[in-house]
Order: sequence, then structure tokens, then C-alpha cells
Amino acid sequence: MNPRSADKPDSPPVIGAEIDYDKFLDCVHCGLCTSACPTYLETGDENNSPRGRIYLMRGVVDGRLKLTESVSRHLNLCLDCRSCETACPSGVQYGRLIEPFRVDMKRHADHVPESKTESTPEWFRKWILLGLFPHAKRMRQILWSVRIMQRIGLIGLIEKLGLVKLLPMALQRMYRMLPELGPAKKPLPEFLPAKGYRRAKVALFTGCVSETMSPETNRATARVLQENGCDVVIPHLQGCCGAIHYHSGDVDPALNMAMKNVAAFRLEDIDAVIVNAAGCGAILKDYGHIADEAPGRSQDRCDQLSAFSGRVKDVSEFLVELGIRPPGNPLSIRVTYHDACHLVHAQRIATPPRELLATIPELEVIPLAESTICCGAAGSYNLIEPEMADRLLNRKLDCLQKADSEIIVTGNIGCSLQIQAGCKERKLPMQVRHPVELLDLAYRGKSFAESNDER
Amino acid sequence: MVSAEKQRELIRRFRAIVGEDGILTQPEDLAVYECDGYVIEKKTPDVVLFPTERDQIVAIVQACRELEVPYIPRGAGTSLAGGCLPVGGGVVIALTRMRKILEVNLRNRYAIVEPGCVNVHLTQHLAGSGFHYAPDPSSQGACTLGGNVATNSGGPHTLKYGVTVNHVLGLEVVLPNGSVVELGGVAEDAPGYDLTGLFVGSEGTFGICTKVMVRLTRDPAACRTMLGVFENVQDATHCISGIISAGIVPAALEMMDQGIVEALEAAFQFGFPLDAGAVLLIEVDGLEAAVDSEAQHIIEICNARGAREMRWAETAAERQLLWKCRKQAFGAIGRLSSSFCTQDGVVPRTKLPEILNFISECEKRHQLRIVNVFHAGDGNIHPILLFDERDETQIQHVLAASHEILQKCLDLGGSVTGEHGIGVEKLDFMPRLFSETDLAIMSDIRKVFNPDGLCSPNKMLPTAGACGMEEIPRDHPGRRAAL
Repeated sequence: MNPRSADKPDSPPVIGAEIDYDKFLDCVHCGLCTSACPTYLETGDENNSPRGRIYLMRGVVDGRLKLTESVSRHLNLCLDCRSCETACPSGVQYGRLIEPFRVDMKRHADHVPESKTESTPEWFRKWILLGLFPHAKRMRQILWSVRIMQRIGLIGLIEKLGLVKLLPMALQRMYRMLPELGPAKKPLPEFLPAKGYRRAKVALFTGCVSETMSPETNRATARVLQENGCDVVIPHLQGCCGAIHYHSGDVDPALNMAMKNVAAFRLEDIDAVIVNAAGCGAILKDYGHIADEAPGRSQDRCDQLSAFSGRVKDVSEFLVELGIRPPGNPLSIRVTYHDACHLVHAQRIATPPRELLATIPELEVIPLAESTICCGAAGSYNLIEPEMADRLLNRKLDCLQKADSEIIVTGNIGCSLQIQAGCKERKLPMQVRHPVELLDLAYRGKSFAESNDER
Repeated sequence: MVSAEKQRELIRRFRAIVGEDGILTQPEDLAVYECDGYVIEKKTPDVVLFPTERDQIVAIVQACRELEVPYIPRGAGTSLAGGCLPVGGGVVIALTRMRKILEVNLRNRYAIVEPGCVNVHLTQHLAGSGFHYAPDPSSQGACTLGGNVATNSGGPHTLKYGVTVNHVLGLEVVLPNGSVVELGGVAEDAPGYDLTGLFVGSEGTFGICTKVMVRLTRDPAACRTMLGVFENVQDATHCISGIISAGIVPAALEMMDQGIVEALEAAFQFGFPLDAGAVLLIEVDGLEAAVDSEAQHIIEICNARGAREMRWAETAAERQLLWKCRKQAFGAIGRLSSSFCTQDGVVPRTKLPEILNFISECEKRHQLRIVNVFHAGDGNIHPILLFDERDETQIQHVLAASHEILQKCLDLGGSVTGEHGIGVEKLDFMPRLFSETDLAIMSDIRKVFNPDGLCSPNKMLPTAGACGMEEIPRDHPGRRAAL
């Protein structure tokens, strides 16, 4: 039995003591997960592998190991990409171990030694990660100024003068991730009707980072859904999915955001909640579990969030289940597909995006080596753990260069920004797109070059 | 465990060799290195090192010799027999940062890799070239080629293609005296003693391999994957003998009994018949023109031996799913029981019906549930004994039943390990498998390479090396996945 002394007032809390202990026992220590883990592939250190991390967490819960700086370092270095869950034959729910464990580390931060190598300053976490990203409106406002600066060439000048280097490191990294912003898009209307015979009515989750950084993805998603006979509702009261908060250990604000979304999406009205960003999709589908594990659990909240989670579908998953209307126009380009971790591992969606691409005439899909290994973006990981994120980005870019496609296709905004920024740095000509954007072009009979003008 | 003073000296020396980034010394960092896939016996090493090149390994081995500290190489740590257990503590040399594919030569059909290269990474690297690396242990997604060399790994397709030793052309090895030797080479038929063959399967007791030269195998032009459904295990095992004695060598021939099929169906929804006593997974490969007639021949044999039904994998996806079911069979056991223990026995193929009868008698006698999935083609059985960890009497029955089954394998002229190796787990069986003179010659050979016994002590041979083995009483069966 594990000691469950977490709530004794006089003894220090046992981090992770509230995690269902059977979930640790599911791991039989076979090690088949190790080479699926990006941080293990890079370091070769089993402490940075899923099996090792489970061993460490269990050791801490058992009271056998102290939660030292080194242990918290190994746990924080985890990308939470959940590649290990795909590899695990025993069905260990690794995410359901590391996530609540890290939430607990955050909750009892006074008892967790700060690791020296961790590079996120608190101001950055508070004002940028939690204060800016999850707020689509604030993001839009900030990006207005960036857009103007890009237009008048100020950004180019700042770059030439090397002024970017004057920014704090975390902001420099954010700056590097900024895509070339097109003109601001009008907000999507609250309702878009199906084309032709109506097959379903869906609601679109638009997300905060993707709606501001890559608004065209949402518009293409809506058009593709319409094209496939779906009425599309875009609830204007929807907010951030809460992933950034949850993954940095702030579970209460995350759950508040979740409840806000439950209120915004009227489930009785729709067949599915459609999401095109894998990171958002994964947490939307996990709302129920998160509410179940959170301190101060309420049954009513669990039920409402589980019902919501049960209705969430990635756009590719939904379209394949519905049956994709084959596009009539060809798109003659060579693409390669990168599996976003939160799509292929967290949601186990590997074939639908490929099936979606396969419906496009003349589109050639080139296989990508290590397509299921994380690109280092992992939500806000690339801002918090820059060294490992860069190693993984370089690993990804090496594979992409070998594949040598014109376009890189991936189903997550975080991966898109990371890979696009990497391509820019290496001066690679490839552009990154969401699979529905290509499908949308094929429906509309536009060439890829034309799509660039629309962005 | 080494003294504190010696440990300080060790750390100082090793830091100079591998740098700050290549060494683990803190107790919480070492904990995960105290065992591998075999979790019954544990021993924490004093230091873990991550060399990145051969010369660092040479320097490490020399330092260990001077300081008289035991050391052991470790790959991915997927051994199911405690092959990576650092008996006596000392130094674990993790080869996981030496994972490069150094050369692929398709015209001469070989590749040279570093020992930490993951088995499947080589095959993935070769995808599209028309070649692959044939030995495919079920842990191939994680296990390293260095570890495959140490244990002479098998896998489902080794029935036709042979085990690791048949695919290793040569090795570069750091010997325990610190010298570097090259055994064999990329050219076939090397003269002199077959030291490559001797080294493969030596479980790390002859030295540390730093380069592996492997043979590449041409991808089969075509293959057919079939599922034979049988009323009972006996019919299925007779059928196996029938296929082999008809002179057919399938690429793979695997048996799964009702219990395992039930778990697999729950896990993967393949559409297995749940009321069948056993199914055979049979694959033939070769030239397109030949596979159909060979498959037809197999179907005829199966039908003649009482197969209830024969199915084909119609598409590549179906074939992949079938193999996924087979390779992840152990993982699916979680759906039947919270804990399980698997054994790795071998019997002559014709004795398969007999050993399976014995296993089911054992099951009744000890009131246990035992399910079977194994490499039927080469008589390598893997009975899986299910139990509840919290039930002490059941645990004792599992230990007793395991022991009886392995003894029976020996009585039938077989052995106690097909592919997992001796490690520390099966040490006790060595005197029963071999005569004193057999063991003496093995021990003499080990002394030639490893005279002071510091390299991988207490593995393979029951006679201890220089440092005394700590007795760790075995009162609990292993919980294992995969094989």
C-alpha cells in the first residue's frame, strides 16, 4: 500500500498520493515504451523515459525516493506527448499519471525543489502563458501591432539590427514562432449552412492561438464541413480549451474554462463538437477525466464535462466517419504528413487525416520517417524547455528534409508554428498546412499558390 | 557495493572520460537502473555511464579493472531474465547514446551499426530499399542490437530465417583486458575460429560489443498470412508437426490458445473465434509464384488434421493487425489478470502435444489459470501463468507450477530458455541442463576473455565471478510483458 499521508497537517505532503495506485501497477516494466519517447531517444537516459518516469513517480509515492531537484527535472522534461501510450502493450495510461502528478507538484510547489535548469521565469508564465495565450481577444490585439510592424517593414528592420536579441529569451523564442501574418480576418458568423443535402449539424471549436495565428484553418474547416453537408454553428461564447493552464498545473482555472465551454456549446442541438487543433481536441476529450481527478471533485461537474468530452471529434475523424465527399479538382503537389502527438497518441487518430488526403486527386503523399515523434512544440513546452525543444525540432527537420516534399501537412497549430519557424531558420522552402486546408482547395479548385494569396 | 572512497575515485575518473553529461551518481537517478524487464531481483549500480564512442568504453573498462569494480553493459533494458542486473553493484555502461547506423551496403547486403541502435530502427531505415534485418523479437520496437547480440535473440520469423547469430557477420568488441578486437567481418566465410558465433549469446560475459555488422535480408516478394482455427490445442499441435514434417518451412508458425485469443479479441477486435480451442497463425513467404501453392499445401494439411476453418489476411492492413495481435499478446493479458508470469521453455517439436498436456494438468493440479501463446514452429513455449499478486498461496502455486513445467521441458529433451537467455533468472537450471564437464569448458572459455570476472559477473554460469553474488531469495514470480 502506498502511504497516503497527504492531508496530515504536520507532515509534508506526499506528491502524487491521490493518484489511483492501480494505474502505477499497470506498468509491468517491460520497457517497450522507451524508444517511443522523444526525450529518451535524445538523451538515452532511462530516467527520461516513460518507464523510468513511472518508476520515479511510484518511488516518490511509495516514499522510497525523495522528490529531489533531479527527479522533478526528469518529470518536467516530459513533453506529455503520450507516444508511450501508443507503444504500451499493457495499456498503461501514462498521461493519467504524469498529468495529475505534475498538477500535484504545482499545488505543493513549496515542497518541490526548483530545478536550476528550468528556464521559464515566473513573469513569463503569469503574463504570457496564462495571461495572453488563452485569450483570443488579447491575442488579436497584440497581433494587430505585430501585423502593422510586419507590413511597414519594421520587423525586418528590427531583425537586421539584431534588436530581437535585446528581448528576454522566452520572448525571443515567441518571436521566432510568429508566422507571417495575413490581413486580419472577419470573425466567423455564428451559423454557416450545409451545402446540399444536410447530413449533420456540428459546432466548431475555434481555439485561441489557431484563430489568431492561422485563421484560415478555421475558415477552411467550416467550408469543408459545409461542403460535406454539415450545418456549422460557431458559438461566440466559447473560450480557451484550458490546456495551457492544465499542463502548467493550474487545474482550477482550466476547469473553469471547461465549464465555460460546456455552457457555450449546446449539446442538445448538435451532433458533434468539431476541433481542428489536436492539442485542444485532446484536452476537450479529457475534460471528464480531469474533473474526475481534480481536488474538490463534484459529480455534477464530472457528468457535464464527460458528456461534453463524448461529443468532441477531430475534424478528420468526423469527416471519415461521415464519409468524405470526394473533391472534384486535383491538387498536384507533393506533401508529407507529420503526426501531431495529441492526434496520433492522445486521440489515437492516425489514418483519418491520411484518408482525407487520399481523397484529393493528384496529391502525392511522401512517407516521413519518425512521423510520430514529437517536433518539440508540445503546447508551450518549446517556450519552457527550449533546449530539448530545439533538439527535437532539429531531429524533425532532418527527417522532413529527407522526405523533401513541397508541403508539410499536420493537424495541430502548435506543430505548424514550430515546424514553420524551423523551416524559416533553416531556410527551407516548405510550407506547413492543415489537411483540411488542402481538402478545401481541392473543393474550390484553387491551386496551392492561390491559397497563399488568401492567407 | 563499493566503498565510499572508491566510489569517489570512480566518479572522478569517469567524469574525466564521459563528462558531466554522461554520468549518473545520485541514488534517485540510479534507481531505475536497478532492474530490467525482470523485476524480481534488484540491485542498484554505483554509477551509470553513457559513453558515446568506443574509446570511452576502453577507458571505462581499464578504469574498472584498475579499481577492481564490476561492470555491465546495458541496452534498452528489456531483458526478461535479468540480463542487465548489476550483480555486485558497480558500473552500468549504458550504450543508448551509441545508436548510429554507420553504414548500409545494399550491394553486399550488410549494415554496420552501433550497439545501442534499436532493432526496428534499422529495419525502418531500410524501408523501401528492398531489404530488412530479419530477426524480429517481439520487443523489436525497443530492444537494441547490442542486446540482441548478447542474448542471441529470436522472434516469430526466425523459424525460417534463423536467430541473431545467423545474421551477425562480425563484431567489434572491447575485451575485459581493455583491448579492441574485430571478430569476423563483413565478408562471408571468415577463416579462423568462429569467434563471432561464440560471442553472440554470451550475455555480456566476454566483453562489450561496440559495432555490429549484420547481414541484410531481401524482403520477400510475396507473403500469405493465414489463421487456422482448431477445436482444441491437441489438434493444433499435431497440425504443426504435420506442416513441418511435410518439408514446409513457414516464415512464421505461432500458436495461441483460447485464453489468449479471448484477451486479444477484447484488446484488438480482430474477429477471432472465441469458441475455438486454439488458433495457428501461419505465414509463408517467397516468390509470388510459389506462395500460393505452399499456402494451399498448408491448408490441406490443416484440414486433414481437423482444422475447423481456415482464414486469410486479405489486405496488408489485416496482416498487420494479425501480427500486432500476436506481438502484443502479452500486453493484452492485463485484460485477464492483474499479474502474470511467463516461462520460456523449449521442447522438440514432436513433444509439443505432450508438454501442453502437462501444462493443462499443472493448471488443474495447482488450481491456476494458464494460457499459451508461443513460437510453435520451433517448439519454444511460453506458458503464461495468471495470478493475483495479493494471494500468497497462489503465488506459491505459480512458482511450483513454473518449476514443474521447466523440469518437464528438460525431461522431454528440451531446455529452459528459447530466447530470453539465462541471465540471473535461470542460473539454477544450468547444472541440470549441463554436466559438470560441460559447464567447466564454458567456464574455461569465459576465463579466456574475462579472467577476473568483472565483466557482467554472475550471468550465464552458476560459478561466481570475482565478486560474490548476493543471495536474493526468490519468493515471488515475475510480472512480465512482451517477449
